[in-house]
Amino acid sequence: MDLAYGEEYETFREEVRAFLAEHGKQAPPQFSRGKSDAKARAWQQLLIERGYAARTIPREYGGYGAEPDILKSHIIAQEFAKARVRPGHIGDDRLVPTLLELGTEEQKRAYVEPTVRGEMRWCQGYSEPNSGSDLASLSTRAELDGDEFVINGQKIWTSGAQHADMMFCLVRTEPDAPKHQGISYLLFSMDTPGIEVRPLVTMTGEATFNEVFFTDVRVPANQIVGRRGEGWYVANATLKHERGGLGDPNQAETRLLHLVDMMRNETIDGRPLMEFPAYRDRLLKLQGQMLAMRFNGMRILTHAIKGEEPGLPRWIVKLNGCEMNHQTAAMAVDLMGELGVLYHGSPHLRNGGLWQQRYMLDLGLIIGGGTAQIQKNLIGERALGLPKEPKVGEQEPGQGQR
Amino acid sequence: MEFGLSEEQRMLQESVSGYLASACPLPRVREAADAGDTKPEDVWNGLAQLGVHGVVTPENYGGVGLGMLEAALAAESLGGAAAPAPFVGSSIMAPVALMQAGSDAQREAWLPRIASGDAVIGVGLTEQIGRRDSEGIAAYDGRLTGRAMFVLDGMDADALIVADNGGALYLVHAADTDRRALNTIDRTRSVAEVSFDSAPAQIMPGSAADREPLLATIDAGRIMLAADTLGAAQTMLDQAVAYAKERRQFNRVIGSFQAVKHLCAEMAAALEPCRSLVWYAAHAVSAVPDESRLMACHAKAHLSEVGRFVARTATEVHGGMGFTDLLGLHYWFKRIGFDRQLLGAPEIVREEAAIAQGWI
Repeated sequence: MDLAYGEEYETFREEVRAFLAEHGKQAPPQFSRGKSDAKARAWQQLLIERGYAARTIPREYGGYGAEPDILKSHIIAQEFAKARVRPGHIGDDRLVPTLLELGTEEQKRAYVEPTVRGEMRWCQGYSEPNSGSDLASLSTRAELDGDEFVINGQKIWTSGAQHADMMFCLVRTEPDAPKHQGISYLLFSMDTPGIEVRPLVTMTGEATFNEVFFTDVRVPANQIVGRRGEGWYVANATLKHERGGLGDPNQAETRLLHLVDMMRNETIDGRPLMEFPAYRDRLLKLQGQMLAMRFNGMRILTHAIKGEEPGLPRWIVKLNGCEMNHQTAAMAVDLMGELGVLYHGSPHLRNGGLWQQRYMLDLGLIIGGGTAQIQKNLIGERALGLPKEPKVGEQEPGQGQR
Repeated sequence: MEFGLSEEQRMLQESVSGYLASACPLPRVREAADAGDTKPEDVWNGLAQLGVHGVVTPENYGGVGLGMLEAALAAESLGGAAAPAPFVGSSIMAPVALMQAGSDAQREAWLPRIASGDAVIGVGLTEQIGRRDSEGIAAYDGRLTGRAMFVLDGMDADALIVADNGGALYLVHAADTDRRALNTIDRTRSVAEVSFDSAPAQIMPGSAADREPLLATIDAGRIMLAADTLGAAQTMLDQAVAYAKERRQFNRVIGSFQAVKHLCAEMAAALEPCRSLVWYAAHAVSAVPDESRLMACHAKAHLSEVGRFVARTATEVHGGMGFTDLLGLHYWFKRIGFDRQLLGAPEIVREEAAIAQGWI
């Protein structure tokens, strides 16, 4: 057990802190919504130049080009969270690592840099109306016609499709193959003729998701990542990255700090909420859970530094982290009492309705990226070794068998 | 940065767990519990040979001189086996109190005997956390009068460490007090109600004007109870998973039903981060003293909550069998219940955590 990071890393931490003290105010708001604007792009650019975003992405693809150093990345995430400053991104944390791992040189050159700079935005075309948790049963078809794929079908729950420039998409190219082996992974512009985006308004009142319809959408055959029929395995490389992102304990810590502030500043009959034992106890319960997940994160980090697979500590992050985030948002709403029902720009609204929105949006995140129930299956089967459910209805027409 | 156990720490834990698996399996636990024996000599002597009683006692007093993390690993192993042994009070809290506040003579008199297992010291600090059925203890002219409730390891003890109403710590010979056993749900642990009627007592000098030794002793006890719960809950989870893989209904093993699988996953998801919390809280005692009180409180409170959830859920996974005496799962269930209530139930400890970070 050694909690010390050593001199090199402490110096690095000081650099990050100094940067945040000097430039933190230039950052866009912590939880701003909607499409990325000029301010967000300028912030991202500054972060890349300083090595606080796209840190390990090679310079030739628009990144900072540092050697992978898990501890430094961790320190950056930690310090940004502590300072409550919006961290940088790598454009799309599912697509970029996948392209770097499995894309052709041409694909990497064409897509990574603009994506990392926030100039090219992506949406993920995975889920379909009849293929949610059972994603591998997807049926959007892509047939090769000359040197083009012709796509027909429908995607749903496509976050940000209305703002996106590009889509990475799973399509069925080999209908007669077993279901996991008949899928391909394609990249294409959202401006391609035949794509129709219909916003899907959610309970938050906003259209964060969309339905996307494809009618004879023609995509050059070289826009495939990996080979035909290997799309499921390409996508699993990205799912791995997405699960890494959802449930990040740093986010829960930032939220907890907000709750502490709120309990000190909001009052009932002139008394700060912190003086109410029932609220206090609830806050402390959340803090206990958060601390356990923080140290669990340090354990995962230690495994990662050694190149080991963390196993169970890793499998629980998405489930616990998303649940914890939802609970912090729920508590924030409860702390506001009657004020907690205000929304839609009402007078007296706190933080622009951020917590009310997060409270609902977090429920979406518990469901998205592998539902809580799917996570429990994964924990039960892969970490605890419990048997799978007997398979029923695998032999659908043209779907082959697993 | 390395957040994990060293090779030596892993070996220590494996040796204690391995020993208990062979020397103290469920039938032995049951036998001792039925006889009301909370310190079976064979187990006690075996643990002594492994150095468990002296784990935190410095080497110059005959101990092994390791830290609170090693102590927590031993506590986890004991909880994992539901082993009857007066460990939390005598092997950990008493040496912490003696090292923090004891005179040289007191340390020399007791630490080597604690470390060898020749003496047991009961620890009664409950009144400093919250008094129930007791007005506490008054000290006057080297004598104590009053009552200490829920004295850990009290019936097995040769001497006792208790606090007076001002928080100063005293050593008292058990023979100079009037003790009676409090029967608890957990028959693997000894707690006593101890009455003092002008009992001769030695003050532990470092605690006369400083509350820190008292608080550090309570912190250590809380971390041990949290670690004990971690071990006990892990055993219950492991048993539930094993049962779910083996028990068949509707022509399937029940672990293939999501209803059962998800209960197991929920237990694992709740319990696994607790291991890191216990490690950190134990390590913080020496490595991050500014945080150590807060972390001891959180470890105690959070493990109590997760422990209760696992205890209940693992029992449910076993169906009717889980409820029987025959299966013996209840020994761990009760162990976890005991750990929760002693040295501050979760609501009480969380309030202390609020104070420790200046929230109130």
